[in-house]
Amino acid sequence: MVTTTARTLSFREEVENLLHAEEGASLVRCIQCATCSAVCPVVEFMDHTPRMLIGLINAGMKDEVMASNTFWTCASCYACTEKCPEGIRPADVMYALTRYSLWRDTFNRDWVAPEFSRRFTKTILRTGKSYEPGYAPAFIFEGGFSGMVREMQMGLKLLTKGRMPLIPSRIKRIHNLRAMVARVMPLDGIE
Amino acid sequence: MSRYAYYPGCSLETMAATYHVSSMEVAHKLGMELEEIEDWNCCGATAYSHVDELLATVLCARNLAIAEKQGLDIVAPCNACYKNLWTTNAALKRDPDLAEHMNYALEADDLHYDGGIEVSHIMDAFSTPEILEVIRQKANDRLKGLKVAPYYGCQIVRPRRPGLELSQVDNPQYFEELLRAAGADPVPYPYKLRCCGAALMVTNRRAAVQMVRDLLQNAVDSGAEVIATACPLCQTNLECYQAEVNHAYDADYAMPILYFTQLLGVALGVGVKRLGIGKELVSPDIVLKRAKAGASSASS
Repeated sequence: MVTTTARTLSFREEVENLLHAEEGASLVRCIQCATCSAVCPVVEFMDHTPRMLIGLINAGMKDEVMASNTFWTCASCYACTEKCPEGIRPADVMYALTRYSLWRDTFNRDWVAPEFSRRFTKTILRTGKSYEPGYAPAFIFEGGFSGMVREMQMGLKLLTKGRMPLIPSRIKRIHNLRAMVARVMPLDGIE
Repeated sequence: MSRYAYYPGCSLETMAATYHVSSMEVAHKLGMELEEIEDWNCCGATAYSHVDELLATVLCARNLAIAEKQGLDIVAPCNACYKNLWTTNAALKRDPDLAEHMNYALEADDLHYDGGIEVSHIMDAFSTPEILEVIRQKANDRLKGLKVAPYYGCQIVRPRRPGLELSQVDNPQYFEELLRAAGADPVPYPYKLRCCGAALMVTNRRAAVQMVRDLLQNAVDSGAEVIATACPLCQTNLECYQAEVNHAYDADYAMPILYFTQLLGVALGVGVKRLGIGKELVSPDIVLKRAKAGASSASS
């Protein structure tokens, strides 16, 4: 008789399971060549380079990975994904980690990006469309008072040029859209 | 006559309204019909994928299903909308389980998607061999000698669509070809595929401002008089935040940033007002002068 023991998933497997709709090579294929880090235009603003982050995932160092700002700093330009010689899709790994950190609530409260993505998503579930001025107020304080003044000046100029509407637009069948979303995920998970 | 389902995307109703009007004018001049997707919704930008993959998929699926109902292939003017719609379309076509799940959700809006349409960027539609020929025939000489940096951005070519060679995404030439057809003089712009920072302008200002600075400096070094863009986020970051770059780096950039459709429009003889030129925070004087000079010589 064959006996089997339940096995806990490694952190790498957990991350790879979050990539269900994507095609791409397994992270075990990473040869640590750092092509991803070399072509990344935001690498200097990351706690860990993409190469280091993948190395940490493969080593199972979950706490270090989840505390890193790397995946919230990714701008989704896909330069790494284009160039990886092993066919790994680092940009999609970054997306997977942002989802993981929102679900597990592990993100650093000082970061703007998680709150921005949440707010963006909530707006769409209310109106069906994105509304740029709605996101700005909470974030412009990052630049201090003078930054805020400059941002407001820009907003006013855009307003006078007709590029900044005061009323968000809304799709007609927003109720159907919400019912549709509710069929793939619980709405109270985001709202 | 070519006819497409047109997916404007949210920015084209607000910050990028000039991209919308100039796309419409150019399409009209080229005998192309753009039929707006009825009651379209936001594509999700990068935010939905940060939150939930199925959410990102279902919201794009709705737009695909409506366009399929209209019986038309989609064109999208925004790089991010294009990439999201394209990616979702490809996923639904290759994964029947995902398609079944999404169709169950789409029922809530009386929709169904059979995977019967394609998604293109609007620049693809404006640069087919036939349309390029029409542009060459109809273009005036108002852009002649104008040094334009063709700024593709990221998601218009990345991630690479199946069937494309690496060279086609590493050093594409179709933007340059389109500008040449319109009579302009595209300059070699090494950073043409480098990221503008996208939403980092909100979430990581220091990073995005540096990225925009690099793009502006590279355009100056390339001898460009104007940067042409194909994405509302690129245009907004490069143009509206140029003052922020000047502030952060004690610089004095004054690089006009226009949508490629606005330049095409000038070459096709559309008036600058109808193209939305003049609503910028960085004045595109050099293009305005040319457009007006052309207009006066045409009327004389």
